[in-house]
Amino acid sequence: MMSFTFETVVLIGALGLAVIGALGMVISNHLFRMLLALAIAESGANLLIVLTGFRAGGVAPILGAGDPAASMVDPIPQVLVLTAIVIGVGVQALAVALLIKVYQAYGTLDVRELRDRMDADVAAAAGVEADASQDAPAGGRPLSPAPSRGTAGFGRRSPAPADGLRP
Amino acid sequence: MITWVALVVVVLMLASAVAVLLLRSFVAAVAASSVVGLGLTVLFVLMRAPDVAMTEAAVGAGLSGVILALALRRLGLWHIEAAAEDRDRA
Repeated sequence: MMSFTFETVVLIGALGLAVIGALGMVISNHLFRMLLALAIAESGANLLIVLTGFRAGGVAPILGAGDPAASMVDPIPQVLVLTAIVIGVGVQALAVALLIKVYQAYGTLDVRELRDRMDADVAAAAGVEADASQDAPAGGRPLSPAPSRGTAGFGRRSPAPADGLRP
Repeated sequence: MITWVALVVVVLMLASAVAVLLLRSFVAAVAASSVVGLGLTVLFVLMRAPDVAMTEAAVGAGLSGVILALALRRLGLWHIEAAAEDRDRA
């Protein structure tokens, strides 16, 4: 059994938070939940950085308090994280502002619905009929056979079900 | 001793991080992300970083929770269970 120390526990927690946050950003279907997952991944990164400066038995890096000869924990990662926390909240506020604009423009934050409505908008702006799917594109032009199957339908999960969205 | 405190806090943080991704209610998800921030505060104190802990509690857990909760109102996602039931009944 590996040594079950404080550093090990915090390391597992930091890596777990970072992984859960990154995974959540990938698998979420809602933009607001992606923002929450981003905040969680950020927390995991902050915890990891502070952990790099931790030293067992060290004292808090405050001059004039406690024994000056005792070994301190490293203050540099703590200062970096102090900045990163504030910047993280700024990033969250910016993302929230963008989400509000997206919601005002499209009325939804669901990624799949947003993709369909943006496709419809692009098609309307270009003056062509929105293509229902990759297999039945606008104007009935058949697409040339895809050279590589992997990228043929990239970014398009299913035929757009939203016929009522078109003007 | 300090290891056990850290273990409890880490388990709480990981559980609420998973809850953020799984909860259907967005109000509950924002609250769970604030729980992650508060657990982070405790870990910072245990790692002899009291200044970072203060900032995380005030800014990371407090201000960010307020920003996200206010954004929920603007985004039309502020649905508390009882209020939703009242609207359905009416």
